[in-house]
Amino acid sequence: MSQLWRATAPLNNLRKRAQIFAQIREFFATRDVLEVETPLMTSAAVSDPYIDTIECRYHPLPGQQEQSRYLQSSPEYAMKRLLASGSGAIYQICKAFRNGECGRRHNPEFTMLEWYRPGFDHHQLMDEVEALVAPLIGIDRFQRISYSALFRQYLQLDLQTATVQELAAITRQHIDIKMEDDNRDNWLNLLMSHVIEPQLDSQGAVFVYDYPASQAALARIAEDETGQPVACRFELFVAGVELANGYYELTDGGEQARRFQLDIAQRQSEGLPIRPTDSLLVDALESGMPECAGVAMGLDRLVMLALGTEQISDVIALPFDRA
Amino acid sequence: MANYPSNQFKNGLKVMIEGDPCSMVDVEFVKPGKGQAFTRVKLKNLITGRTWERTFKSNETAESADVMDTDMEYLYCDGEMWHFMDPQSYEQVAADKTAVGDAHQWLKEQDKCLVTLWNNNPISITPPNFVELEVTETDPGLKGDTAQGGSKPAKLQSGAVVRVPLFIEQGDILKIDTRSGEYVSRA
Repeated sequence: MSQLWRATAPLNNLRKRAQIFAQIREFFATRDVLEVETPLMTSAAVSDPYIDTIECRYHPLPGQQEQSRYLQSSPEYAMKRLLASGSGAIYQICKAFRNGECGRRHNPEFTMLEWYRPGFDHHQLMDEVEALVAPLIGIDRFQRISYSALFRQYLQLDLQTATVQELAAITRQHIDIKMEDDNRDNWLNLLMSHVIEPQLDSQGAVFVYDYPASQAALARIAEDETGQPVACRFELFVAGVELANGYYELTDGGEQARRFQLDIAQRQSEGLPIRPTDSLLVDALESGMPECAGVAMGLDRLVMLALGTEQISDVIALPFDRA
Repeated sequence: MANYPSNQFKNGLKVMIEGDPCSMVDVEFVKPGKGQAFTRVKLKNLITGRTWERTFKSNETAESADVMDTDMEYLYCDGEMWHFMDPQSYEQVAADKTAVGDAHQWLKEQDKCLVTLWNNNPISITPPNFVELEVTETDPGLKGDTAQGGSKPAKLQSGAVVRVPLFIEQGDILKIDTRSGEYVSRA
């Protein structure tokens, strides 16, 4: 008999996980943030080109009239529809699903904490992320650094002037890779994940904010102090692990529709699957979503950091290969 | 030869990289929340022994390498080549200096070694973790010095020179850890 039936996470880790979930719920209860649930099985898929949604099939009659549904990769669109419906501050702890994401720090089915704060901008939300996370992982000092300052500090690179060719050349100095790409963000992401993140390992908790406008995703775009357009987006790295991603949210429905179209165009040019985008989100923004900031956090990784473990299978009872 | 897609990479997989057989030592899936997925692999070149990191795109593949580890018996050295025999099939292979590398100093006739074959040619030799070799040359032992520290060089029948305690005599058989090259005990 194989041992695949057995849980991979030690019971003590599962106890710690349950304790952290209870602390999170208490944190939001005292701050009057409402716990909500939104569908896991949705009619539209995320537009981000590099997130591949898992498709499932719904049949009104067994085996007939098949309709495609998508396992949500983040509850963002649905939670924004709640915000536009007048929910006020909300949070959710839910499963999210992503095709192909399986490894030491990835499970294709993972647990996400996502919350939205009407009236906050991304800096105020970073304060709240810090207040939640600090006691759970036992780190008090959180650094904050802009994306461009980060690249200056770790790679002596000026992002305002660096061309795609220069980014590719610098990447090849650090990484052995066969890649040709005109997409500037792909090189930046490689430098971030392969060169900078490993160096953040010794830096404790680091918020990186003001991402390039081209990496705004669903964040609004503003000017930084030098007048450069930047995305009002932040990420939190703890011990070199990408833990959370937050935005001062885009509330303009027209701009949202335009970004969906850009993502579809990129998917088409790279031969990636095209799936329906969420017109209900655009409608919700057009009917009026409050100004707010929102953030998504990987809870499996949070538990890993609290326990100091290296493998996601240490904190998920039955990971993908045993699911 | 088969091609492995990067999502099937795993530790121990043997692949061809730029014409040389390599072994995957560590495989990590790297995927930022919003970015492309990559597989970062620590590779060991089985010919040169060099280890380095290489990043593969998610749609990249690597050609499998016909590499096999076989237990073989060391027979003899003819001055240029080292000869090994598969004790099951009695098939013999000859390994050159590059393949044998530092292992030559631990080889004793009839000892079992791990021979790595690429396309049936030996490319590396791993001696047993522990070997027993006779001391052929060392300064006379110091009587009554079995407890104290201190060491001296001793030359072994295979040609290796190791540090040994002062009480060791010529003709003693010693147990040596080949991974560290250190004296363990008298056999």
